[in-house]
Amino acid sequence: MSLIEVRDLSREFTIRKRAGAFRRTSVVKHAVHDLSFDIEAGEMVGYIGPNGAGKSTTIKMLTGILGPSGGSALVAGLEPSRQRRELARRIGVVFGQRTSLWWDLPLRDSYELLRRIYRIPDQTFRRNLEDHVALLDLGDLMDTPVRQLSLGQRMRGDIAAALLHDPEILYLDEPTIGLDVVSKGRLREFLRALNHERGTTLMLTTHDLQDIEALCDRVIVIDHGTAVFDGPLPSLRANGDASRTLVVDLVDEASPIAIEGARVVKVEGPRQWLAFPAGASAAPLVAQVAAAYDVADLSIHEPDIEDVIRKLYAR
Amino acid sequence: MVDTDTPAAYVAHAVRSYWLIALLWIRAAMAYPVSFWTMLVGGVLITFLDFVAIWLMFTHVDTYGGFTLREIALLYGLTSIAFRVADMLVGSVEKIGQKVRSGDLDAMMTKPVPVLVQLCADRFELRRLGQIAQGLAVFAWAAPIVEWTPQRLLVLVVALVSGVVIYFCVFVIFSTIQFWTTDASEFANAFTYGGNTIMQYPMTIFPREVVRSLTYLLPLAFVNWYPCLFLLGRTDPFGSPDWFRFASPLAALMLVVVTTLVWRQGLRRYRSTGS
Repeated sequence: MSLIEVRDLSREFTIRKRAGAFRRTSVVKHAVHDLSFDIEAGEMVGYIGPNGAGKSTTIKMLTGILGPSGGSALVAGLEPSRQRRELARRIGVVFGQRTSLWWDLPLRDSYELLRRIYRIPDQTFRRNLEDHVALLDLGDLMDTPVRQLSLGQRMRGDIAAALLHDPEILYLDEPTIGLDVVSKGRLREFLRALNHERGTTLMLTTHDLQDIEALCDRVIVIDHGTAVFDGPLPSLRANGDASRTLVVDLVDEASPIAIEGARVVKVEGPRQWLAFPAGASAAPLVAQVAAAYDVADLSIHEPDIEDVIRKLYAR
Repeated sequence: MVDTDTPAAYVAHAVRSYWLIALLWIRAAMAYPVSFWTMLVGGVLITFLDFVAIWLMFTHVDTYGGFTLREIALLYGLTSIAFRVADMLVGSVEKIGQKVRSGDLDAMMTKPVPVLVQLCADRFELRRLGQIAQGLAVFAWAAPIVEWTPQRLLVLVVALVSGVVIYFCVFVIFSTIQFWTTDASEFANAFTYGGNTIMQYPMTIFPREVVRSLTYLLPLAFVNWYPCLFLLGRTDPFGSPDWFRFASPLAALMLVVVTTLVWRQGLRRYRSTGS
């Protein structure tokens, strides 16, 4: 059995709109529609999609906040909406744009409060606190009220809070939103280590595709409530008409290079850009070019994942 | 793993969790002792002025609705103590709408303690003891007019506990409305704070319909009116049956059932709309 099993999961909302002075019409909106996927223990999955695609609705159903209107979800063998409190002990949730810490309390007290709410055994609590506080660099901030923390500090504080009770699964909703480059990098490093060392399963929704590239082995792309792609990152790149680019620096300017399996898309002096399918290997192309031309340098550019996803949405 | 299978174990778990959370808020408040004591004393003073208003009225009349100042003080003391204790225990329940908007409610729903317990224990304010102290003082001043017997003492204790439960339920019921309309907190205040204010006076000054509503619809009369009739050995001018004087726990129990249903319905609505 997979750690997370989602089968034909659906969630409809009835939206009432005013139509004239007294009349109201209601529209049924399918936020999530016949969604199915499995996530195995230890995976790091990126859950991405445009605004309103149904990402948050899915996470809310997987944490038990919302009940499904169709289909089923099973998380760690539990039915989230019926066994919400039992499930809560086994998952951690971090909402990027708001904190689940207490504004007026220092981090130390917030963590103490969580220890009581989750009834975390002393030893576990102390070990987790030591580990995460050190790794997330929170040592100097423990006595600062949450409202005085910067966004990046608060996010780190939130993540440490979500991990105090040793959750098997950590849901992260936009974990790097609003963070600077250095903070983003450190946070990703921490999450990677968490996954490798503790085997914590990670599911993150994000708009930042660098998060995905840095962290996720697998990507689920959702649009209009349905999964439009589910697979490893390289095959997302290969998906659709995305192409890789071979950049060739010739010793001398030359007419566009003519070889099998690639076409020239741009020429600039001695430098030429050759596009080839994302699924193909660069090796035979390099061999062909090197055999026919005087090459000064070569480099390969991977397709921009943002372009790939934009094309997926456009379908 | 906590066993919450039986209702008794569930309640024990809820109460234990409540105090664990509340104690932390008390400790946090105690970190600023000056502020804590100032607010506490302020609470005593403000609520004291409240009773002074009734006192002043009695400089013009000897009885009001057939009740003397001390008799009214007995009614006042009983409702005040119950109301203020309940007010302290419900904590942030009145702010459900705000918690929905800020997403705090979502965060609470991902934690292993019942949402209502988390809401009530959130920002527990021990300084409200100041307001309770005022009620106690007024009651203590009025108490000598009662000819105390063991039976009357028992009715008093039962009425106090029932009163706290009744006000607690009223707070929760009317706050739950915010799941349907998030800006209904003023509406709730009319019934909670408004209810307490009404109960500070003898029912004899109100029309029969009001007294009936406060007995059968919103059973606040069981907080102090009926028990006090027994404590004072008076007959009910409205001719209610005698057993009403001992029915406070029954009224409280019925209200608990209604509150449970309303709360569940509210949370169910939230979980089907997500807003």
